[in-house]
Amino acid sequence: MTDQDALFEYLLRLGDNTLILGHRVSEWCGHAPVLEEDIALANTALDLIGQTQMWLGLAGEVEGQGRTADDLAMLRDVWDFRNVLLVEQPNGDFGQTILRQFLFDAFHFDLLTALSRSRNDQIAGIATKSLKEVTYHLERSSETVIGLGDGTDESHRRMQSALDLLWPYVGEMFVADDVDKALQAQGIAPDLTLLRQSFDARIADVMSEATLTLPENSFAHAGGKTGFRHSEHLGHLLTQMQWLQRAYPGATW
Amino acid sequence: MQAALPEIWQWLEDVPDPEIPVISVVDLGIVRDVAWHDAVLEVTVTPTYSGCPATRVISMDIETALRDRGIEEVAIKTQVAPAWTTDWLSDKGRAKLTEYGIAPPSPAGGPDACPRCGSAQVERISQFGSTPCKAQWRCQSCLEPFDYFKCI
Repeated sequence: MTDQDALFEYLLRLGDNTLILGHRVSEWCGHAPVLEEDIALANTALDLIGQTQMWLGLAGEVEGQGRTADDLAMLRDVWDFRNVLLVEQPNGDFGQTILRQFLFDAFHFDLLTALSRSRNDQIAGIATKSLKEVTYHLERSSETVIGLGDGTDESHRRMQSALDLLWPYVGEMFVADDVDKALQAQGIAPDLTLLRQSFDARIADVMSEATLTLPENSFAHAGGKTGFRHSEHLGHLLTQMQWLQRAYPGATW
Repeated sequence: MQAALPEIWQWLEDVPDPEIPVISVVDLGIVRDVAWHDAVLEVTVTPTYSGCPATRVISMDIETALRDRGIEEVAIKTQVAPAWTTDWLSDKGRAKLTEYGIAPPSPAGGPDACPRCGSAQVERISQFGSTPCKAQWRCQSCLEPFDYFKCI
């Protein structure tokens, strides 16, 4: 694996995480329980898609084969995607969506904070820009998890079952493979072990305020960020997201 | 004869933000630089929020405004770093926002006062609003909801 291959792969991971989560969250548009939440979800999705344009745009430049951010988003198939399994999981109920958002935001916030000091200036620039938006995402998802967890019996029950369901998808975000290690050695990407410590501390605080119990089982699903094995949900998501370009290849307007 | 840069900045002062037309793209701090490269005028712009749909419209509006003034070749350059900050909002822009009913950004993380009645008794409804750059707040004195321009 050359340095260029590793960098391309890493940028796909960053851009695919924001793309797939952005698309998932956008599925709520017009369906959220209250108007303010509908607007908040749509805004979050918009930020994530905007960040995707920067990450995948840079990925295309690094690859050097003339692929644009749109090409990478719309013309790859499941096995080429490098997002973590967490972000492709279905929305479920509102609580499950918010809990998934919180788990990703907490990871994303620390990752972008570290990347804003990356030795790669373009990555540092995009991370600094994105971090401003993600700070808002994390503030909102933390508060909402606390509000719903420490809410009514019904909302508490739903948040606890969402946590039990999604917790096995957390581990994958922090497992470093050859790509992570190569970029860490070059001072481009951070040490995921350090990120995990900061993540665990934040999660413990929020969960305790939310009166939710972290599952003891540390089993972690894997296969998303390496592209080895995505869950079946990603394929269904892509059939919707990529439908237009697949039905009418090259369509523009 | 190429137009002088101060004059071009003046023209850009007349290009309104498409979402909040009371302030110009210059007041908003989106235009970072204007420079001649031979016969091409390069305008450097920075997005407010990375997914803001207005960004593309703003670039088109700038190009149209400059062509209307007789500049034939305009190149819009998008710059991500340094990241846009609400610190770049001009004092004139802040005053116009308030007058329009949008509370300007404040480092305290929320509006200083209701833009309608001036009361400092305000509460947040949601961190997000009708555009990526705004949040929804409510005045507890006059009870009117209002937009707050988020501080980033």
